[in-house]
Amino acid sequence: MIWLTWRQFRPQAITAAIALAVVAILVAATRPGLANGYAAAGLPTCHANCGTIASTFLDRIGNFDHILFYGSAFLMYLAPAVMGLFWGAPLIAREVEAGTHRIAWNQSVTRTRWTLVKLGLVGLAAVATAGLLSLMVTWWASPIDAASLLGGSAQAAAAGGHGVHVSFSGFAEARLDPVIFDARGVAPLGYAAFAFVLGVAAGTVLLRRTLAAMALTLVVFVVVQVLMPNFVRPHLLPPARFTAPLSSQHGPVNVNAASGVAYIQLTAPFAKPGAWVLSDIVITPSGAEPSNVIMTPAGPELTTMPRACVPAPGSGINPVACGNTLAAMHLRQSVSYQPASRFWPLQWIETGIYLVLAAGLGWLCVWQVRRRRAP
Amino acid sequence: MTNATAAIEARGLGKRYGRRWALADCTVSIPAGHVAGLVGPNAAGKTTLISLATGMLRPTAGTVEVFGGKPASGPDQLARVGYVAQDTPVYDGLSVADHLRLGAHLNPRWDAALARRRIGQLGLDPKQKAGALSGGQRAQLALTVALAKRPELLILDEPIASLDPRARREFLQVLMDAVAEQELSVLLSSHQVADLERVSDYLIVLIASRVRIEGEVDELLATHHLLTGPRRDAASLPASQQIITESHTGRQSTFLVRTSEPVIDPAWTVEPVSLEDLVLAYLGHTAGSAQGHMLEVHQ
Repeated sequence: MIWLTWRQFRPQAITAAIALAVVAILVAATRPGLANGYAAAGLPTCHANCGTIASTFLDRIGNFDHILFYGSAFLMYLAPAVMGLFWGAPLIAREVEAGTHRIAWNQSVTRTRWTLVKLGLVGLAAVATAGLLSLMVTWWASPIDAASLLGGSAQAAAAGGHGVHVSFSGFAEARLDPVIFDARGVAPLGYAAFAFVLGVAAGTVLLRRTLAAMALTLVVFVVVQVLMPNFVRPHLLPPARFTAPLSSQHGPVNVNAASGVAYIQLTAPFAKPGAWVLSDIVITPSGAEPSNVIMTPAGPELTTMPRACVPAPGSGINPVACGNTLAAMHLRQSVSYQPASRFWPLQWIETGIYLVLAAGLGWLCVWQVRRRRAP
Repeated sequence: MTNATAAIEARGLGKRYGRRWALADCTVSIPAGHVAGLVGPNAAGKTTLISLATGMLRPTAGTVEVFGGKPASGPDQLARVGYVAQDTPVYDGLSVADHLRLGAHLNPRWDAALARRRIGQLGLDPKQKAGALSGGQRAQLALTVALAKRPELLILDEPIASLDPRARREFLQVLMDAVAEQELSVLLSSHQVADLERVSDYLIVLIASRVRIEGEVDELLATHHLLTGPRRDAASLPASQQIITESHTGRQSTFLVRTSEPVIDPAWTVEPVSLEDLVLAYLGHTAGSAQGHMLEVHQ
C-alpha cells in the first residue's frame, strides 16, 4: 500500500520538491543581503537608540525584498490551500471518479488500511512541505521581524508612548499580527494538515466529483482561516488588560485640514512593543465610551473642544485651564491585548487545534470510505 | 448445498435505490468449481448482484456470502476473490509493470511469474502506460492482475462488452486457459448469451431484478424441450410440464416446457433447445418482447 501511495503521489511530490527548491534558491540568494544589512546597521549589538537604527535598516530594504516579504507570507497562506485542493480533494474522489477504486478495493488490503495509508503518507508530505516552507520563510524574514520589534518600541517611545500598530516602511510590526502570525513558526504545519485532510474528507463526501470537492475545500478552508484570527485566536489565552488614565497634559490642538474643525490630540499611555491589540478604547469613569473621542492611528482624539481649550484671540490656549478641564474628564485608555511573549504559546495552541480538527476529519474519511459503497 | 461448497450463496438478497429495487429477493447458490454465467438484459441487476458479491455494495435486504464469508470483510476474504470490474478499470497513469508491482505489493498470494508470463504472452510492453492501451489490452491487463492474485473465485462484470469480436475471443480464451490451469470458480456476467454459451457450465438468468432460472447448463438443457404438434390447449399438458413459452398457428402448437420427466406423448415432435433459445424464451416469457429485444442476439 505504501508503494502504491508513493507511486500515485510521485508527480505531486516532484512538483512540490521543485517548488521548494525554487524557494530555497530565492532565500539563499537574498537572505545574506538582509543579514548583512542587519549586522552592518549594528542591530545585533545595539544597546541604545535601537529603534532609530532599526528604522534606518528597515528604510534601506529594497523593493525586491519588500515583494519577497509579503510574497513569502502570501505563499504561506496559499500553500496549505493548494495542498488541500490538489493533494487532498482528489486523493479518494479521483479514484472513484475514474473507477480505479474498484481495483484498489479488491486487492488483499482492507479499505480502512488503504485510506489510512493514503491519508498518513500524503498528509505527512503536506505537513513536511509546509514545515520546510515555514522554516525557510521564518529564517529569511528573521532580520526584518527582529528589527520591526525593536523599531516598533523605539518609535512608540519617540511618539510619546503610543505603540499601537505602528509600522515601518510598510512592514507589519509584530509577529502576533495575523498577517505575520499565519506565515511563521509551527502554525502553517497545522494549517497544511487540516487543509489536506479537509480536502480528502470533502472528496469522500462528494464522491466522484473531484472539482466540487476542491471548491468545497477552498470555501471551508478560507472561512476557517478568516474565523480563526478574528474570533478564535484572540481568546485562546485570556487577553491581558491595560487600563491607565490618559495624560492630563493636553496634546497639540490641531485643525482638520479638510473640514476646518479643530480637535485635540490626546496622549495614550499604552506602550507594549510587539503586542497584538484586540481592542483599544477610551472610557469615562463610568466605563462608557465617550462619543466625542475617536480612535485614530495616531491615538485618541477629542473632537469637541472644551471651552477652556479654545484658543482665546490673541493669547492662545491657557494650558493650565485646558489641562485641568481635560483631567477633570477622567478619561482612561482601556486596551485588551495579547502580549508579544505569547507568540509561541499561541502558535502551539493553534497548531494543536488544527491537528485535532485534522484528526477528526481523518476519522470522517475512514468512516465514509467504509460506509460508502460505490459499485 | 452447504456453505462449504458454495462459491456464492445469496439468501433473499436485495438492493434498493430510493424506491426502485435494483435486485430483489435473490436466492442463488453457485457451487464452487463452476464457470457460472450471469445473463440478463441491461439494467436487470447483474452489476448489482456482482457488486454485492464483491462487497462494493451493501445489501438492503438478505445476505450474501462468498465461501461462507462476508464479502470484502478482511484481507483474507479479499485475497480469495479476484474481480474484473465493468469497463475493466486500470490506472491510466501507471505502466503495465506498475500494475504488476501494485498487485505484488497488495496481495500476499501474488504469483509474479504467472503475471510476467501472461504479459509476455499478450505481447504487452511493460513500460507502456495503461492509459495508452487498447480496450482489449486493458481488459487483458485487468484480468492478469486479477488472476495473478491467485483467487479462488474470479468475478468478471461484462468484461468483454466493449471489445471487438477478436479481442472478445482472445479474452475468453485466456480466461478458459486460466480456469483450466488454476482450478478457479468463475462468475461471469454478460448480456450476450452467445459469449456465455461457449464458456459457462452454470447459468443464472436475471430479469427485471429477479432471478428467473438458475442451474447447471447440462441440466437446464436436459430438462427443457421444444414440443411441436397438432394444435392443443396449454391446459391439456401434464402438470409436470412447466410451460415457458407457447405459440400457436391455425393447426399447430409449439411449447417450450421444462420437465424433469421424459416426454412420452407420441403426438409431439420433441426437440432439444439451445442455451440461447432457452434464455430468450425466459426473457419473452417474463417481460414480453420489449425486454427480449434488449438482449443482444448473437449474429
